[in-house]
Amino acid sequence: MKCKVCREHAVVDVRRHNAAFCGDHFVAHIHSQVERTIKEFKMFTPEDRLLIAVSGGKDSLAVWDVLVDLGYDATGFYLDLGIGGYSERSKEAAVAFAGARNQKLIIRSLAEEHGFTVPELSRLTGRVPCSGCGLNKRYEFNRAALEEGFDILVTGHNLDDEVATLFGNVLHWNTDMLGRQAPVLEERFLEGGPSDAEQLGARRVLVRKVKPLVRIAERESAAYALIRGIDYIIEECPMVEGNTQHRYKEAITLLEESSPGTKQHMYFGFLKRAADRFAPDAAASEIVACVDCGAPTIVWEEGQTPRCSFCKTKALALHRKETGERPAPRRRRR
Amino acid sequence: MAAPMKVKLRNPDRLVDVTGPKNVRDLLRELDIVPEAVLVIRDATLLTRDEGLADSDELEIRPVLSGG
Repeated sequence: MKCKVCREHAVVDVRRHNAAFCGDHFVAHIHSQVERTIKEFKMFTPEDRLLIAVSGGKDSLAVWDVLVDLGYDATGFYLDLGIGGYSERSKEAAVAFAGARNQKLIIRSLAEEHGFTVPELSRLTGRVPCSGCGLNKRYEFNRAALEEGFDILVTGHNLDDEVATLFGNVLHWNTDMLGRQAPVLEERFLEGGPSDAEQLGARRVLVRKVKPLVRIAERESAAYALIRGIDYIIEECPMVEGNTQHRYKEAITLLEESSPGTKQHMYFGFLKRAADRFAPDAAASEIVACVDCGAPTIVWEEGQTPRCSFCKTKALALHRKETGERPAPRRRRR
Repeated sequence: MAAPMKVKLRNPDRLVDVTGPKNVRDLLRELDIVPEAVLVIRDATLLTRDEGLADSDELEIRPVLSGG
């Protein structure tokens, strides 16, 4: 195959664009696709301070690399989840990337911040590891961005991630989640919180979250990382086995293989023609401040004490850690 | 007879021998791997589906789909 731009030898084929590229022009193609996404969804400007949630994997390091190259003010944030050697090697990849590109990386540890790791949380609460991990990451990414004064939180979610999430939300008709699935999640403000007397007016409780890689397929993100010499962690998280999102991705990849462009049509078709229809479902969930930490949460029943999922889960984990109590065994799915 | 090409598969890591010559598309078909789900790498360089492979080649097939 020949590069679509220079007609030299191609190294990557992008079938949904009916194109192939040499290394240099593939990098230029990814830069242009990301820049287009940033502008189309009005994600941020060069004046904004961006915090990039970095896992050490291909997507988060790729998005950080692209944003630095495009001249944005991008700082990395790594959260050590305490998943043994896997977390150590992930952290090394993030630290090595930051060092090689002379970029600032903030590192926090779940164990140091809250007193438990992801495997411990799963063991203590009976929660599925990926679910507990996601809860911790969403909470800590938002907290770090607010505390460190960043305008925007950037994640490396790619086209495959978004399509797999959309696929799952449609399979289960999670209309509330469908109403919230977007490349930009706006910041939210709340009045009040754990120390009302000290609050002066509304405070920012949710940082603006953006996904600049939504136009980049997972294979393209991996190819970009390899061509750019990014030494990302290739191994899968040891706790991911049986992950539902992964199964959805495998199914979608089969469809994409036989019909290139399927993923793009599904996701961007949803944003253009269907997402608005689910917006009322998402808006119906009124948010209030958690009594423990002030983070936003939803009160489902009248009279219920507003406490966020993270604080509830943390309290349960620390109580069981102290008392030695264990959760009831999970029922196996048939 | 030439030695077969050495193919390193990842996650979990293992080595398989495959007889060439053939192109990347045929190699993946023989190994029952969906091309959209992997990168094929030779000497740190990516290969497209129509790239020819020789018996002496050493390749890596790297999955690109991640969970979570």
